[in-house]
Amino acid sequence: MKYKFDFGALVEYWPQLLDGALVTLEMTAISTVSGLAFGTLVAIGRRSHNRALSRLCGAYVETVRNTPFLIQLFFIYFGLASAGLRLPVFVAAVIAMVFNVAAYTAEIVRAGMDATPRGQLEAADSLGMSTPQIYWHIVLRPALERVYPALTAQYILMMLATSVTSQISVEELTGIANNVQSNTFRSFETFIVVAVIYLVLTLILKLAFWLLGLALFTRRRRLGTSL
Amino acid sequence: MAQPFTLAHIGYMLDGLLWTVILSALAFALGGVAAFGVMLLRISRFRAVRLGAFVVVQIIQGIPLLVILFAVYFGLGIFGIQVPPLAAAGIAMMIYSAAFLAEIWRGCVEAVPRTQFEAAECLALTRWEALTKVILPQALRLATPPTVGFMVQVVKSTSLASVVGFVELTRAAQIINNSTFQPFLVFGIAGALYFAVCWPLSAWSRVLERKLHVGRH
Repeated sequence: MKYKFDFGALVEYWPQLLDGALVTLEMTAISTVSGLAFGTLVAIGRRSHNRALSRLCGAYVETVRNTPFLIQLFFIYFGLASAGLRLPVFVAAVIAMVFNVAAYTAEIVRAGMDATPRGQLEAADSLGMSTPQIYWHIVLRPALERVYPALTAQYILMMLATSVTSQISVEELTGIANNVQSNTFRSFETFIVVAVIYLVLTLILKLAFWLLGLALFTRRRRLGTSL
Repeated sequence: MAQPFTLAHIGYMLDGLLWTVILSALAFALGGVAAFGVMLLRISRFRAVRLGAFVVVQIIQGIPLLVILFAVYFGLGIFGIQVPPLAAAGIAMMIYSAAFLAEIWRGCVEAVPRTQFEAAECLALTRWEALTKVILPQALRLATPPTVGFMVQVVKSTSLASVVGFVELTRAAQIINNSTFQPFLVFGIAGALYFAVCWPLSAWSRVLERKLHVGRH
């Protein structure tokens, strides 16, 4: 193999790559928080006794889960632009991500809620708790604790999926990488470096979610039992 | 100016859909073979082998498919080979599906009760015989629903092959949208076509899952 690796050409672009990584983290943070809130509402709607609402939430979840994120992104970005609403790429990308990740969140949270033991619901009822109280204390909070590992795995996959938004020219890590490789003609090296940065981001997120889990779920820490 | 959207455009998208299906099948077949090998390494008797396979899988799962795709596309390019987009996409998708399928399958093999391994050993089966005659047939039953579920993931991920210029469904839709500029219609149809492929797979996976749990409740 005659190819000579030259990572030196990338040194001057290092600050740009770090900026890109920050944009990636920023998008991930916004979509995690909004996606969790919106997805939980959809999960509650899906379990509602109102059939129309339940069907609507089900249709939304199935549509998102059975079409590629790239198509959803183009649909929202180019679609809204053609309807006269020209959003900045960053905003369009975050809207598409929340729209996408909320559906997966809804499915995961719903599974956690469905696992609530009947006896606990009956006990709460006989203690005279109101429906919102039951939902918050008996259904939702234990459900979130139960599905926390699945949820965080999904949000890490979503962080990786932010790379797709480079296709509507968001300047996140992959978008920056595309600029760098066309300036330096060091395509292979660029993507090796970017792959390593993504790997580090994944590890950071895993660690952060683990620490957050310890802080949030004190019951598990004290008793050491899973729900 | 913008062209009107015609039936010919739909034909072009159906052509793209065919390539999406071909690429998915290729990725799934190649990825499945590689995943089987990685899965064997993951359950090896030797700690170092297990650990090595674990690290490799974690690395691949920690990198976006898009970046793997670019790395393969440009990486093969430096050997002076002009890689056809289908080959680059196929190899990248193979690496990606191998990592995820191997983890799914390892979970299924480890879910087979330990006593089954022990019984096989008592019958003086070799490790390989125990695996192929006792463990894998049972693990296969457990593995089918999540594997079918992962096929949906593979089909959706092939949309990323559009970025290296492979004309599958997403690229076809982009090309048509560039000339007609009717994004809601064009990407709506593309989405519906993906849905038509993925939803039956999702539904099938759920049915298999339910059948699997019938005996246990």
